Amino acid sequence: MRTVESGRVRPVQPRENYLSAGDTVSSWLLTTDHKRIGLLYLASILFFFAIAAAAAALMRIELITPKGDLVASETYNKLFTVHGVLMVWFFLIPSIPAVLGNFVIPLMIGARDVAFPKLNLLSWYLFIAGGALAVYSIVRGGVDTGWTFYTPYSSTFSQTHVISMAAGIFVAGFSSIITGMNFLITIQKMRAPGLTWFRLPLFIWSMFATSMILVLATPVLAITLALMSLERIWGIGIFDPKLGGDPILFQHLFWFYSHPAVYIMILPGMGVVSEVIACFSKKQIFGYHFVAFSSLAIAVIGFLVWGHHMFVSSQSLYAGVVFSFLSFLVAVPSAIKVFNWTATLYKGSISFETPMLYVLGFIGLFTVGGLTGLFLAALGVDVHVTDTYFVVAHFHYIMVGGMVTAFMGGLHFWWPKMTGRLYPERLGQLAALITFIGFNLTFFPQFILGYLGMPRRYHAYPDEFQVYNVLSSAGASILGVGYLLPLIYLVWSLRHGKRAEENPWQATGLEWQTSSPPPVHNFEETPIVTEQAYHYPPLGEEEEHA
Amino acid sequence: MPEPARALAEQFDDLSQQREACELGMWTFLATEVLFFGGLFLAYIVYRGEYPQEFAEASRRTELVLGTLNTAILLTSSLTMALAVQAARAFQTRQLVVRLTLTVLLGSIFLAVKGFEYHKEISEHLLPGAHYSLAGSKRGEIFFYLYFAMTGLHALHVLAGICLLSGMAVLALRRRFTSVYYHPVEISGLYWHFVDIVWVFLYPLIYLIGLR
Amino acid sequence: MSFPFFPAQASSSAEQVDHLFFGLLALSGLVLLIVFAPMIFFLFKYRRGMRVNRRLRSSSAVRLEIIWTAVSLLLSTGLFAWGAKVYLDLERPPAGGLEIHVIGKQWMWKAQHAEGNREINELHVPAGQTVRLILATEDVIHSFYLPAFRIKQDAVPGRYTQEWFLAKKPGTYHLFCAEYCGAKHSQMIGRIVVMPPAEYENWLKNGQPAESLARGGERLFRELDCSGCHMGSTVVRSPRLEGIYGKPAPLANGQFQVANEQYLRDSILLPQAQIAAGYEPLMPTFKGRVSEEELVQLIAYIKSLGDQRAP
Repeated sequence: MRTVESGRVRPVQPRENYLSAGDTVSSWLLTTDHKRIGLLYLASILFFFAIAAAAAALMRIELITPKGDLVASETYNKLFTVHGVLMVWFFLIPSIPAVLGNFVIPLMIGARDVAFPKLNLLSWYLFIAGGALAVYSIVRGGVDTGWTFYTPYSSTFSQTHVISMAAGIFVAGFSSIITGMNFLITIQKMRAPGLTWFRLPLFIWSMFATSMILVLATPVLAITLALMSLERIWGIGIFDPKLGGDPILFQHLFWFYSHPAVYIMILPGMGVVSEVIACFSKKQIFGYHFVAFSSLAIAVIGFLVWGHHMFVSSQSLYAGVVFSFLSFLVAVPSAIKVFNWTATLYKGSISFETPMLYVLGFIGLFTVGGLTGLFLAALGVDVHVTDTYFVVAHFHYIMVGGMVTAFMGGLHFWWPKMTGRLYPERLGQLAALITFIGFNLTFFPQFILGYLGMPRRYHAYPDEFQVYNVLSSAGASILGVGYLLPLIYLVWSLRHGKRAEENPWQATGLEWQTSSPPPVHNFEETPIVTEQAYHYPPLGEEEEHA
Repeated sequence: MPEPARALAEQFDDLSQQREACELGMWTFLATEVLFFGGLFLAYIVYRGEYPQEFAEASRRTELVLGTLNTAILLTSSLTMALAVQAARAFQTRQLVVRLTLTVLLGSIFLAVKGFEYHKEISEHLLPGAHYSLAGSKRGEIFFYLYFAMTGLHALHVLAGICLLSGMAVLALRRRFTSVYYHPVEISGLYWHFVDIVWVFLYPLIYLIGLR
Repeated sequence: MSFPFFPAQASSSAEQVDHLFFGLLALSGLVLLIVFAPMIFFLFKYRRGMRVNRRLRSSSAVRLEIIWTAVSLLLSTGLFAWGAKVYLDLERPPAGGLEIHVIGKQWMWKAQHAEGNREINELHVPAGQTVRLILATEDVIHSFYLPAFRIKQDAVPGRYTQEWFLAKKPGTYHLFCAEYCGAKHSQMIGRIVVMPPAEYENWLKNGQPAESLARGGERLFRELDCSGCHMGSTVVRSPRLEGIYGKPAPLANGQFQVANEQYLRDSILLPQAQIAAGYEPLMPTFKGRVSEEELVQLIAYIKSLGDQRAP
């Protein structure tokens, strides 16, 4: 049942869609519908985001003054640990994959669901179980090791609830692995007829690359946390120097996972950017093949650079040189994406709806974040700025300025598809702008702080660093408003938003060829694909289409 | 006999797509297992490289006879598993159940022997920690730490395999497999063979490095 | 209200690092310009509703892709090489110079000068002379960070690490711990005081304790009865230690290990690890019987033995 695209006709809703098919609690908690599971994840990650954001707020308030006068040192250390752990493992890593990926991937490839829907539900329950363990750890008093759990502090010295937190991350890790597996098989085996690899939307390519990392890197984290925990329980272990063990081995194992993990936390965002920029330029992505392969290149090279977190750790100088070179190399595919996105704008027909604003923000902020990554990859500078606020600023530019911004963009882009409602456009644009300003004010001063020498994880600091800390905290309050606004109006739109038609953005992509919201099985009949992705009609001279 | 259609999950178009997807899924899962065990193997390699003599010393205190026996048991169980898959393909339900049961039995014997081995080692004060007492340096303790961690993790996987194969046997008894639908048995077989291969790598690293 | 941007350039290396930083900054500025200028231009020129030529020949230009990929690779490689060069200079100390032992512990820095002077959370050093710091830690990983010199180095339990600098400008600069180490991590800070050489000598003399490090080590060597085996024993055959420091020591497994601070430390704490060639593994461990500071003294003593082998 397709509606005719003619602008002013009231959209016809199918009698039943995936949201209306069952409204009992068990129809949600026992669902195997990828769309509902995506929404379950959305609610869950927002819960953890709220806790982690509260921790950040407390930290930024504390840092307004040089003295540690708001909370005790021990509390501050727990705040930044909880912030890091929850943001990384319980917000960012699931964010685009488990929410948008789960919802959109089967639709985008013309499938009825993912390959293993029951495993999909299991992955959500594992996520909740892991989260429960993490919350338990926080409620019992929290953890103060930093999200990086370096030994021997974590394995021998810390007096906090390390094991329950590590267990929570361990369990949540299996959630990630299952999600990654599901996506890999779904993308490989369940594409609609005619949907060859090079006709796939670029979001699928980045999700495929992300899933490879999810599947291969996460098990290493699992075993590393397990070994660290065993060491804590048993009282002896392989990271303990008193036995002849090596605390640096922990760092190698930890970063072997955690570096690829940061690509889990950016590749999906890059996929969203490709979708949105093509749609709001009404144009084919420039350099499709290069963008597709760059995702794979980032995934592969990303496994080879972990030692750049360890340049001053007593790692060999020559290992450092090799890791530095590879780190410079991994920047190149990212640069290629940015160039291609910019080229996509050339001779496009550009509009500035909310998703597009977020995505343009992404390109700006990610580029700054990526360039500062080069500063860190450069050995000579890294010695000075590693473990300072320079690093903190760098990764927040990528993860918040990049990934969270892309998540917001994707959420707004697919919101009509997911909910059947339109969000209020002006408010969306306002929030995007506020977020952009607040973000830069929060994190740009931190680059300066880092080069001046302010170490990270500091509860109190010398007076001369105060001016930048105040700017940063001011920015954080603005950023908070920017994130609060969507929370309010998106929830509002569920009841009061204008009803959305099948394809409110006039986008290409199979997900837009079915109703908003989609029926339970996604398509009335299996689509057959005959065209390339982003097959927007060519834009002629002068003015364009309606 | 149930129609093949009941075996087809609704997200798939046909049985062959389902089979391919499940097989690919299992291979992907096994890849994650390689990485999971890989961390432990890496730690082993690093420390053995640093302390070869202490590792050899410590290895001489392991139960070579029991370890070798267990290797034979596990390898045989892989044989019975392969034969079970063959029976599934040939739609010989009774043979399938018998061979699955044999595999489960052999796996259980493996675990029993392993348990006996652990008991012996603990009573000889080889469990790392407060009661460890192998004369010589502390590095031998690292060997035993890794020994218990690696074989313990492996044993957990054997246990999981036993549960999985028992489940397959029950499904077979309930006539759930047909001449065209039996891929759960095949992919369970993949898993079991993987568990066996991990052991094949563990065995020499644990038991044979101290042999004179 | 002041807006500082850079820490003082207090060492010879600081300038090098800042040059590299400015190079990176310049390149970043260039990239931002090359990306954002066209981007903003396109956003304006090609807004929906603008009457403008949008006829496009193709959405792919392999030559363009190759060019910008190659340029990115070239720039990356150039920056990498520059960074590596600065790094190797930063990390490899020139020969000679002053040696100071620094021990980190939760949550303070303890320094021991060769002459025996001790400091806590402060380090006095002479300007114009190479200073080599040998870092150790008593508990967890710490990191000795001197922003004005643009250097930091982790102190890792179970081993010695090193850091060197040549201070140019007398003055007082920050010292921070830069590896999170527990509750009072942000209070593990202090000062490094660079003095003109004459003033430094005065400071040393004024604060000089009765024993230099080496003297203290000699005392410990007797008190712990190391001399019982290592100064010519008729009962136990043990390696002589004169002149051992800095030279390759033959090991029982046929390899050679340069007898640096780490080797000497390991020999005292984990003597079974590396047996000297031709000797029995008889040495007992002194773990738990010597503190990190005493180890520093013993090692200083052994280093001072030089080539005084009896003929």
